[in-house]
Amino acid sequence: MATKEIAGKTIELDADGNLAKLTDWNEAVAKELSKEEGIEQLTDRHWAVINYMRKEFTEKGDAPSIRKLTKESGVDTKELYQLFPKGPAKKAARIAGLPKPKGCI
Amino acid sequence: MKKLVILGAGTAGTMMLNKLHGELDRNEWQITIVDQHETHYYQPGFLFIPFGIYSKKDVIKPKRDFFPSGINVITSEIEKIEPESNRVLLNNNSVISYDYLIIATGAKIAPEQTEGMKDKLWQKSIYDFYTIEGACALANYFKHWEGGKLVINITEMPIKCPVAPLEFAFLADSYFTERGIRDKVDIHFVTPLPGAFTKPKASAILGDFLGKKNINLTTDYNIARVDNDEKKIISWDETEIPFDVLVTIPTNMGDDLIARSGMGDELNFVPTDKHTLRSEKYENIFVIGDATNLPSSKAGSVAHFEADILFENFLSAIEGQPLQAKFDGHANCFIESGFGKGILIDFNYDTEPLPGKYPLPGIGPFSLLEETKMNHYGKVMFRWMYWNFLLKGVELPIESNMSMAGKRF
Ligand SMILES: Cc1cc2nc3c(=O)[nH]c(=O)nc-3n(C[C@H](O)[C@H](O)[C@H](O)COP(=O)(O)OP(=O)(O)OC[C@H]3O[C@@H](n4cnc5c(N)ncnc54)[C@H](O)[C@@H]3O)c2cc1C
Repeated sequence: MATKEIAGKTIELDADGNLAKLTDWNEAVAKELSKEEGIEQLTDRHWAVINYMRKEFTEKGDAPSIRKLTKESGVDTKELYQLFPKGPAKKAARIAGLPKPKGCI
Repeated sequence: MKKLVILGAGTAGTMMLNKLHGELDRNEWQITIVDQHETHYYQPGFLFIPFGIYSKKDVIKPKRDFFPSGINVITSEIEKIEPESNRVLLNNNSVISYDYLIIATGAKIAPEQTEGMKDKLWQKSIYDFYTIEGACALANYFKHWEGGKLVINITEMPIKCPVAPLEFAFLADSYFTERGIRDKVDIHFVTPLPGAFTKPKASAILGDFLGKKNINLTTDYNIARVDNDEKKIISWDETEIPFDVLVTIPTNMGDDLIARSGMGDELNFVPTDKHTLRSEKYENIFVIGDATNLPSSKAGSVAHFEADILFENFLSAIEGQPLQAKFDGHANCFIESGFGKGILIDFNYDTEPLPGKYPLPGIGPFSLLEETKMNHYGKVMFRWMYWNFLLKGVELPIESNMSMAGKRF
């Protein structure tokens, strides 16, 4: 398994480049991952999405789809794409320290 | 008498009906099946209608041809399920109660989910081929079309038969070539996925086919709305793609009845145990086919493999035994690639499509992830097998769980 230095810690990554362990995550790690995803500054709105995703994942065992996200996190689709351009579900999951959403087949 | 009620008499419901009818003691069980329609549609055939290969009569048969005698058939729309009181309310105001319920109400397109989709260009310059109406309307349009920009767009995943849009692109290439106007038709395949298909190996190989066939590919594209005046689709990050004719695969959702019953997720799919096929919430409810939220493909072949598993688990459940049969997500799809050829893929939850031979290792006759004439015959034969074996619940000589034999990895 690949490892990487993130925010001063050696962290294990899965095949998709997402964190292998939920417990390795903290805010500093999130900030560094977001830079890799091309997001310079995490705002309150970003955090609303990230925190919602982590909560969903802990409760349900899977990252939410975009539909579920926009229905329940208080951030609509348009804004979601502004916050996490291109692939919001994938990007937000990675920054939140979660595996890539299984959703699509 | 114990009561089994099956909701939906499409591919999966009809298969389960025939399998269980042959097994359950008629003195102990009363079986009821409910569907709103009297006609069975062979949906995989819809793909061929726009290109004049099949017409409507090639894809329909009366549902009653596939019902065994001695069961209760109700033709009515289902209003809702009341899982707490084990009953189902029908649109004709009658109520049916059950001891066990099998939900097989499928998935359907929901174009109204996208702004501007079902607007003034609907069925004028914007078509779907996931319904019989859409497929037939598109056939009429293509007959007289003289070329321009053809955009094929998947709105969002999951969709039924995730390879069907690619097949549509391949067949369009073949069809317009044969009509001698291929040089006037610009085919553009626009998908929310990161590649031509979801799984990496198949995606790379299928992506190559698109290139070879001169079909443009745009990936990671998430449509937000359709501009009917300027004839273009616009993504959430404001990327515009113009079209002369848009073939859309709209959002696919479970039936509204699932929402009315409070039993679905955000797309009206029913949360289902991905191995046992039992409802995650109710012990006496099973779910099969496109109606489930399983992370497998929504396809008739998948429903067929699920049916073998559900059959075993249903018999265990009514005897009070633990459910031992486990579904592995097995899917098997013939991909029509145009010019009388086809490609075959075989995969499950954990293993992506790989090259090799199928179903007999080293022999075939089908070749996985390669374009051959034999694979095309497989697809053609599938319709015959569907009507004559699959729906009737007759065993096919194919394992329900996936096999690694004959694959290269
Ligand atoms: C264009 C296209 C191409 C395809 N190609 C392939 C292919 O090549 N290979 C393959 O394996 N699969 C293919 N499929 C997918 C395949 O057709 C489906 O996966 C399969 O039919 C699913 O079966 P099902 O029983 O779950 O749903 P369905 O067969 O759709 O049946 C659902 C039934 O429930 C009934 N119903 C729903 N709601 C209600 C209600 N409220 N009241 C009463 N009745 C209701 C409907 O009338 C319907 O009869 C394709 C699908 C499409 C659209």
